Amino acid sequence: VSVRRFADAAVGTRLPSLSFRITRLRLVEYCGASGDFNPIHWSQRHATAVGLPDVIAHGLCTMGMAGRVVTDWAGDPTRVLQYAVRFSAPVPVPDDDAGTTVDVDAIVTATDEAARTATVELTGRVGETTVLTRAVAVVRLD
Amino acid sequence: LLVPLNQDLIGRTYRCSTTYEVSREVIRRFAIAIGDSNPLYFSREAARAAGHPDVVAPPTLLTALTHRFHDEGPLVDPELGLDYSVAVHGDQRFTHHRPVVAGDVLSAEVVIDEIRATGRNELLGFTTRVLDADSAPVCDIWTSMISRGTAPAGRGTDK
Repeated sequence: VSVRRFADAAVGTRLPSLSFRITRLRLVEYCGASGDFNPIHWSQRHATAVGLPDVIAHGLCTMGMAGRVVTDWAGDPTRVLQYAVRFSAPVPVPDDDAGTTVDVDAIVTATDEAARTATVELTGRVGETTVLTRAVAVVRLD
Repeated sequence: LLVPLNQDLIGRTYRCSTTYEVSREVIRRFAIAIGDSNPLYFSREAARAAGHPDVVAPPTLLTALTHRFHDEGPLVDPELGLDYSVAVHGDQRFTHHRPVVAGDVLSAEVVIDEIRATGRNELLGFTTRVLDADSAPVCDIWTSMISRGTAPAGRGTDK
């Protein structure tokens, strides 16, 4: 593992995009790993009873999976000093094998030479729907 | 009946009664759950080669700490009056002061920062301050929840 160099993070640099699938199995794994057992994340009966179209992903599951765009690019995940998102739309996950695909784009929007940090803005989409907005990571580079 | 949140609770602090221990298995299971195979989450040798004492945590792992302490925090405080069935998660921000590594024994306190109306809804903002065994800051986790339809101005129109 090598940490990205500050010189390789100019404003406007696009990070490699990432697409990932969220399946019902993923949500069950995330329930166990996070300790968030809210039934809207695993029971269609509970989800529809509160007006949701289907079981929805934990916002933090989507946030955690999307964060890989930044951690892979940085090299060392502990170089991510700040990571913030707004959950702008729920991510429904059908009870099938394909699940729901989330597409993540990220771009360097600011740098701080004294601190050797880069600010990265991310966008998460499901189809045409933006599900992660105002998503920002601050990364300390070498 | 939708009741506004109790603004008197701005500034209230909840100190969690136990510690949360970050283990290699906790990190491993969380990394698998988010589909991330970064070797620094799985291999102590890889983590040491990168200058860490042990495997490191993904940036959002401490959400597991917040759920561990959920029953001691503001969301279940009857004085706050949050109806979880009308609440949705708005924003989430992790500010890391130092890496989280396996072996860390962490404590936390939760502070209510903000309760305010945004149109017919209310925003509840709170910060979970995560501290290490020496009480040094590890991470600040800011969370906002949107309480739908509970703003005081909405009373009378929302039945």
